Amino acid sequence: MSQTYESWGRYPKVRHKTVIPIRWRNEIPALDRLDAPVLAYGMGRSYGDVCLNENGVLLDIRPLNRFIDFDPEQGVLRCEAGVTLDQILRLIVPRGWFLPVTPGTKYVTVGGAIANDVHGKNHHHAGTFGRYVTQLELLRSSGERVICSPTQNVELFRATIGGMGLTGLILWAEFRLRRIPSAYIEEELIRFDHLDEFFEISAASDEDYEYTVAWVDCLAQNRHLGRGIFMRGNHAEGVPILTPDSTPRLTVPIDFPDCVLNPFSMRLFNALYYHRLRHKRERRLVHFEPFFYPLDMVRQWNRIYGRRGMLQFQCVVPVGDHREVIRAIVERIARSGRASFLAVLKEFGDVPSPGLMSFPRPGVTLTLDFPFEGVRTLHLFDDLHALVREAGGAFYPAKDAHMSPQDFHVSYPQWETFARYVDPHFSSSFWRRVTRGQDLSSVPVFHTPAVSRPAEN
Amino acid sequence: MTNVLIVGATSAIAHAVARHFAAAGDNLFLVGRNPEKLTAVADDLRVHGASQVQTYQLDVNDLERHADMLAAATAAFGPVDVALIAHGVLPDQKACEQDVYEMLQAFQTNAVSTMALLTLIANDFEARGRGTIVVISSVAGDRGRQSNYVYGASKAAVSIFSQGLRNRLARRGVQVITVKPGMVDTPMTAHMRKGPLFASPERVGQDIYQAILKGKDVVYTPWYWRLIMGVIVHIPERVFKYLRL
Ligand SMILES: Cc1cc2nc3c(=O)[nH]c(=O)nc-3n(C[C@H](O)[C@H](O)[C@H](O)COP(=O)(O)OP(=O)(O)OC[C@H]3O[C@@H](n4cnc5c(N)ncnc54)[C@H](O)[C@@H]3O)c2cc1C
Ligand SMILES: NC(=O)c1ccc[n+]([C@@H]2O[C@H](COP(=O)([O-])OP(=O)(O)OC[C@H]3O[C@@H](n4cnc5c(N)ncnc54)[C@H](OP(=O)(O)O)[C@@H]3O)[C@@H](O)[C@H]2O)c1
Repeated sequence: MSQTYESWGRYPKVRHKTVIPIRWRNEIPALDRLDAPVLAYGMGRSYGDVCLNENGVLLDIRPLNRFIDFDPEQGVLRCEAGVTLDQILRLIVPRGWFLPVTPGTKYVTVGGAIANDVHGKNHHHAGTFGRYVTQLELLRSSGERVICSPTQNVELFRATIGGMGLTGLILWAEFRLRRIPSAYIEEELIRFDHLDEFFEISAASDEDYEYTVAWVDCLAQNRHLGRGIFMRGNHAEGVPILTPDSTPRLTVPIDFPDCVLNPFSMRLFNALYYHRLRHKRERRLVHFEPFFYPLDMVRQWNRIYGRRGMLQFQCVVPVGDHREVIRAIVERIARSGRASFLAVLKEFGDVPSPGLMSFPRPGVTLTLDFPFEGVRTLHLFDDLHALVREAGGAFYPAKDAHMSPQDFHVSYPQWETFARYVDPHFSSSFWRRVTRGQDLSSVPVFHTPAVSRPAEN
Repeated sequence: MTNVLIVGATSAIAHAVARHFAAAGDNLFLVGRNPEKLTAVADDLRVHGASQVQTYQLDVNDLERHADMLAAATAAFGPVDVALIAHGVLPDQKACEQDVYEMLQAFQTNAVSTMALLTLIANDFEARGRGTIVVISSVAGDRGRQSNYVYGASKAAVSIFSQGLRNRLARRGVQVITVKPGMVDTPMTAHMRKGPLFASPERVGQDIYQAILKGKDVVYTPWYWRLIMGVIVHIPERVFKYLRL
């Protein structure tokens, strides 16, 4: 049992005043009487500080993990906010349903998936998770319980989707699933030698493949710059097997010494990974687990980064001169020689998110992590941020421990509208960081028009 | 299909066990004192696949209502096949040393009500010549310790009582399983610092479900508590009495 409350990147390290486990929807302490700001904590799979609340109170919602209702005909599921995507898959896959959108790990809660309005490999077709939420119950610190949906308390709904946990505590949510013919994915892997080829394959895959993503070798330089493997797939027809199969194979039981991930080992890993494809193109049938959650096979893999932890970087560069900008970013990273092996490139589609503060927008998104090595890492981040900023790009709060208030304001110009919906007793380390120097006391606090009727059950 | 009766159904451990029965499509009769919590658990078990779920509100210290409860459970789905008794409280040891009423109250909830339920259920099962009775005791009942002997004694009563019952019913086709969990991360232990010996309720629930399927007698869960208690029980009393355990 873990008693530590850290984020997945294990950086920054902060102390909390108290942690209150939330076990029952009908037994929640009066949040406005607590003497420090509060924040919900799910599975802590955010990398930076959106799920941290230094010197504040964390509400650990993992015990709030019960299903409420499932309609196997319509594919609509209602559950408490601490239910994990893993729990859901075990329930729905054998019945022929799947998540409408899933991030690269199934160890996240429904509350966390909504609060960061997560995206997956099908963003270009399906948009974000929030699009499938049909309703949710939000507990404000005043004790008021508000049912929010695309038609009820719409403003608060939009602020809560992608609202980084700041609008209150989500108690339960209801969302739509998608049907699947099998638990398998028909996957095609294509090796590309440079970034231009990535963009060609990506454009050609857009229509016919529901899932697309690419792994890039961020350490290869010169003529190999931007080489990688493009992965695309669809749910397989004609393989009527519906096993949710989910046992992690390995655990990283201890923190690795800081020297394990050195530039040499990472370069070697990347080269091996790239050459793993013996042919230019390979097709295979894979279970959805390794396809969507390759990292979940090793529990607590974040420990390979040692005690110092890691910094994640995820940006989106808007359509326009995105090719040049992505190239410049990859070049800068390759030159540093510090990137790890988990670099991912994907083109977002233009399906709009309901969330006021949702991160995805049309363009190209690049994600990777760096072992935290002090100022050297921070300098590299400054350079990367400058490149993204110039291109009018944005950073993803769920993966961030570094963006400045200016970066945040430029990435999310609507942030001041959002601030109205932030619950006066909720806050986070992230929120304080990106609003530093702003006077929020003059922001009028949002009140729901009328006290909402609680749901039938 | 199995008809399962669970007393203390809102317990974290009981819920973890119940999810296994639900996934197997069994019928569940849930008894507890808080109707909102019972509803939350019942909904979850329905989604997990339970055929039918009914709830029944009861404070186990209402001994006169036990027979009505058992009759209602039988009326709901027919004779009960598996009865799991899971309710319990972890009293404040220091308070119990100062206040006789506190001490007796813990005994009432953990031991008296449980033995009352066991007696009724045992007679019902004996008459039918079948059924499985599962009762959650604790490793704390294996030896009295200064830090926790009120709880320990109440659980020791449950352990010995169920052991005798097992002996009485062994030749009558009725299985009695005594479960002895170690430390489990549930609301009951919310105030304690969690060390590496703490197990999740899911892990313990899985062990209990397996024990029921296999028809075990005494189950330590997780298994290593059998070793730990094996050592603790064998420390000579003249040494043990000076230990701070
Ligand atoms: C290996 C890996 C791969 C990933 N891949 C992707 C990806 O492909 N796409 C993507 O979008 N993200 C991805 N992520 C990030 C992850 O999906 C998000 O950070 C997600 O929000 C984590 O959910 P959580 O339950 O761990 O929440 P936490 O990290 O604990 O919390 C996240 C936020 O949700 C809020 N929150 C949690 N529960 C509630 C609640 N009940 N009510 C109100 N607010 C709440 C918290 O306050 C916090 O602001 C990945 C993460 C990892 C580790
Ligand atoms: N957790 C451990 O470390 C541990 C170790 C060994 C043994 N055990 C035993 O395991 C069993 C389950 O406990 P748990 O750990 O799952 O803790 P739990 O979640 O706190 O469950 C205890 C349950 O007992 C119920 N209860 C208490 N008094 C009652 C009464 N008078 N009438 C009706 N119900 C009553 C509670 O109901 P409410 O929800 O309404 O309060 C609650 O559902 C208990 O017998 C406990 O002694 C636990």
